[in-house]
Amino acid sequence: MHTKTLAELARGLAAGEFSSRELTAACLARIDAHDGVLNSFISVSAERALAQADAADARRRAGAAGPLTGLPLAHKDIFCTRGVKTSCGSKMLDNFVAPYDAAVVERCDAAGLVMLGKTNMDEFAMGSSNESSYYGPVKNPWDLAAVPGGSSGGSAAAVAARLVPVATGTDTGGSIRQPAAMCGITGIKPTYGRVSRYGMIAYASSLDQGGVLAHSAEDCALLLGVMAGFDVRDSTCAEAPVPDYTATLNDSLAGLRIGLPREYFGAGLDADVARAVEAAIDEYRRLGAEVVELSLPNAELAIPAYYVIAPSEASSNLARYDGVRFGHRCAEPRDLLDLYTRSRAEGFGTEVQRRILVGTYALSAGYYDAYYLKAQQIRRLIRDEFLQAFTQCDLIAGPTAPSVAFDLGEKADDPVALYLADIYTVAVNLAGLPALSLPCGFKGQRPIGLQLIGPAFAEGRLLNAAHAYQQVSDWHRRMPQAFA
Amino acid sequence: MSLEPSQVAKIAHLARLAIDESAAPAYANNLSAILELVEQMNAIDTTGVEPLAHPLDMHQRLRADAVTETDRRDEFQAIAPATAAGLYLVPKVIE
Amino acid sequence: MQWEAVIGLEVHTQLTTRSKIFSGAATAYGAEPNTQACAVDLGLPGVLPVLNADVVRMATMLGLAIDARVARRSVFARKNYFYPDLPKGYQISQYELPIVAHGHLDISVDGDSKRIGITRAHLEEDAGKSLHEDFSSCSGIDLNRAGTPLLEIVSEPDLRSAKEAVAYLKKLHQLVVYLGICDGNMQEGSFRCDANVSVRPRGQAEFGTRAEIKNVNSFRFVERAIDYEIERQIELLEGGGRVVQETRLYDPDRDETRSMRGKEEANDYRYFPDPDLLPVLVSDEFVDGVRATLPELPAVKLARFRADFGLAEYDAETLTAERGTADYFEAVVAAFGGEAKLCANWVMGELAAALNRAGLDIAASPVSAAQLAGLLRRIHDKTISGKIAKDVFAAMWDGEGEADAIIAARGLVQVTDSAAIEALIDEVLAANGKQVEQYRGGQEKLLGFFVGQVMKVSKGKANPQQVNDLLLAKLKG
Repeated sequence: MHTKTLAELARGLAAGEFSSRELTAACLARIDAHDGVLNSFISVSAERALAQADAADARRRAGAAGPLTGLPLAHKDIFCTRGVKTSCGSKMLDNFVAPYDAAVVERCDAAGLVMLGKTNMDEFAMGSSNESSYYGPVKNPWDLAAVPGGSSGGSAAAVAARLVPVATGTDTGGSIRQPAAMCGITGIKPTYGRVSRYGMIAYASSLDQGGVLAHSAEDCALLLGVMAGFDVRDSTCAEAPVPDYTATLNDSLAGLRIGLPREYFGAGLDADVARAVEAAIDEYRRLGAEVVELSLPNAELAIPAYYVIAPSEASSNLARYDGVRFGHRCAEPRDLLDLYTRSRAEGFGTEVQRRILVGTYALSAGYYDAYYLKAQQIRRLIRDEFLQAFTQCDLIAGPTAPSVAFDLGEKADDPVALYLADIYTVAVNLAGLPALSLPCGFKGQRPIGLQLIGPAFAEGRLLNAAHAYQQVSDWHRRMPQAFA
Repeated sequence: MSLEPSQVAKIAHLARLAIDESAAPAYANNLSAILELVEQMNAIDTTGVEPLAHPLDMHQRLRADAVTETDRRDEFQAIAPATAAGLYLVPKVIE
Repeated sequence: MQWEAVIGLEVHTQLTTRSKIFSGAATAYGAEPNTQACAVDLGLPGVLPVLNADVVRMATMLGLAIDARVARRSVFARKNYFYPDLPKGYQISQYELPIVAHGHLDISVDGDSKRIGITRAHLEEDAGKSLHEDFSSCSGIDLNRAGTPLLEIVSEPDLRSAKEAVAYLKKLHQLVVYLGICDGNMQEGSFRCDANVSVRPRGQAEFGTRAEIKNVNSFRFVERAIDYEIERQIELLEGGGRVVQETRLYDPDRDETRSMRGKEEANDYRYFPDPDLLPVLVSDEFVDGVRATLPELPAVKLARFRADFGLAEYDAETLTAERGTADYFEAVVAAFGGEAKLCANWVMGELAAALNRAGLDIAASPVSAAQLAGLLRRIHDKTISGKIAKDVFAAMWDGEGEADAIIAARGLVQVTDSAAIEALIDEVLAANGKQVEQYRGGQEKLLGFFVGQVMKVSKGKANPQQVNDLLLAKLKG
């Protein structure tokens, strides 16, 4: 069963080939067998999952099943789940069981999806390698010496290793697309505001967006259709209607204009990655797309602007972790200051503390204009550049990451080198656009990802383009040997 | 801009993070490198550019003034580190 | 040297919404600790703020009432600092773009009127409370108040004395209560004031260094705190010292201000736009709609009371000082239908005294406006005398029912039958032969004595005017 996509499993359930309980038990067994090596889960909620599976089977017998009822999934441990620990990959929340569900969790539950557990992640979603998790690094299923990417590395590895057919993730600067690329799967980060952030623990509120990691564009379309939609509890959630993303998957690509920003193919891009991406673009030409060259002149400023804006928002978002109402509290605080400084220093890991310090500095008196305000100005320039580009093309294509997955520990002591792994992904978050990564080849054992970027709310077009490619390629069908 | 360990200590205090004196130089190095990275922003002149706080041109939606929440104190305080008589406890606040 | 004080006030008014500014938790005062603090108020991970529509409406009302500019676009920012009563580690407030700016309020002190500028009014959330009693080494945190909507109204440094400050504060208090956007309850902290006070040599243009006095919660304390602070600063400067910019707390028990060492550390609030909230847009149509719902403001009401009811300045001012009193008075006039002056006398006299004795607000008066009007009708048609009316009022206050029922039950109807009154007079004159002789001998002051005696035997029910007239006639005889 684990070789099937979510769409195929849905058909199997509908045809009565197997029950949700059987499918769920099979997934749990695979987690049991393989996750000791991968470390992709922080919590596995087997009992809850089996109960949900039984409920889904009953719902199907009653004729009330929806398209995804009974299908298993895993949630990134950033989404609050009532009754199951939500750690956000941090010691700070190692003891935190949320008294509410995230909107995404509610929607998946309502659709009858079965939650197997919560996946590992970089602490508070701050990282590009999954090495900053309090629960230890996640391994890349394609090469256990490699990182899976981050911050949704647990979700990416679990899907890539076929422990679960689909998983949720969040993307603040590439945290869905980059691990999807490094793990050889398909991941979509929707338009900012497309998916409710309610109950999704904030890293950088104006950039965070929930999305999907799956085997195929079709699978992404299925789950995104469930997750997306208006929520009154999130002021930044869009009221735009949610189209049926599966209905447009098979649209023709004839005449589709794909823009290639020359800045995405310059120095710093691995030659093998470049070749694979170019080959994929040739495939698009054969599918009838028209390729146009264009320029995003301020592209290289996205990383500096992002590493001001995200830490600034984070420094404030993470102020609530003070050892008073929930989360880690240091032992026997001497006084109030000691309670704060020690609880926070003990509860947060190094990278989180680093970003809090950067953000605190960028917002502090005398530096605000030079850092925060400047970054917001560049943010507008970057957004406007994308708007301009989309007058010349319908989608933008390029590499998701400058290289394939790097080795565990390779960049552990050099935060700046690690930040540069986000070079092609962060601009999209600054502009709030939807983007998707799909597998388009390998360098040795390690997968390569192609990134497609669309205008706001063009998720359907992205999924259509990715699906078309996946009809003529089989990268997304390949499985890591050790987990076949 | 490169930061001195003493500046790191000041920022850490503002952020309420207890940073070991021995760790301060490492933080100072890393933070200086990050600041050097972000200062690439200065490559362009942004005079007159309106800052962008949110990617989408949306405005605040308003909620009708109605009480929709019920008392869930017991549930909320079950996850709290220290409470008594319905209050959250902290070391004495001096005013 | 002649010194001049420069004072600016920051007033926090708690808005009268049912739910909080960013959550659906109740704002009711006095609930058990933390029973009105929901996940948003507690700053639990992942939950998000959504703005209450009514706070925008209320802020707009104030803006219109003080002739201010209501911003078509305003922005919420985060003010970052750590404190146990601030659950998120930041307060959501408006910083660069407040919803109301550039207004004013006219005050009058000792007959002189003066225009006080209002720099801005911005929306923000209140913090919780730290309780220091009960726990030996700990403070207890109650977050019920966290997230209660506040409109902070900041004046220009236009005030020059504690007296002016109090006049401004009273005027503002009257206004927000009139508008119905604040209940004005200072004991419960619904209307709180911080005062920025500095002094400078008279004639000097630059301001002196100011001290901020926090949370003064009554008009009397505001006056005393400011006066104390002005004196302290003058003494300091005259002694060759310097005023330090700091936050000070007024201690009403010792009648002094003292430095708040705990908050002395230089604050760096790191304001930035709250990314969880979007710009608040207010349309012209919305503002026009709010304008249409504005109640009559105190100054307009005062003028109308004088013109329509023919009231004296003092009466009109007293009756319009509080909206509740004005509304009550108008209800009495409407139900009574007769002379407004009689209504005014009773509302400001007997009723006000009774409310004062009982410590009650007029809204909680046991005698309703309709009931009082019923009593005034019986005075007007001479069914009872003014003196008897006071007894009837007391009975109504004690809940014995309507005026007519009390009058009937106690047999208090005034005696106006001349024959009956003459009989009583004859009785009194017969019993006081000596005084009759003295009167007729020229001691006409004794008329009062006879009136008193007749009223006494009539148990107060005889019409005093008739008694007077008939007595005069008889005594002449």
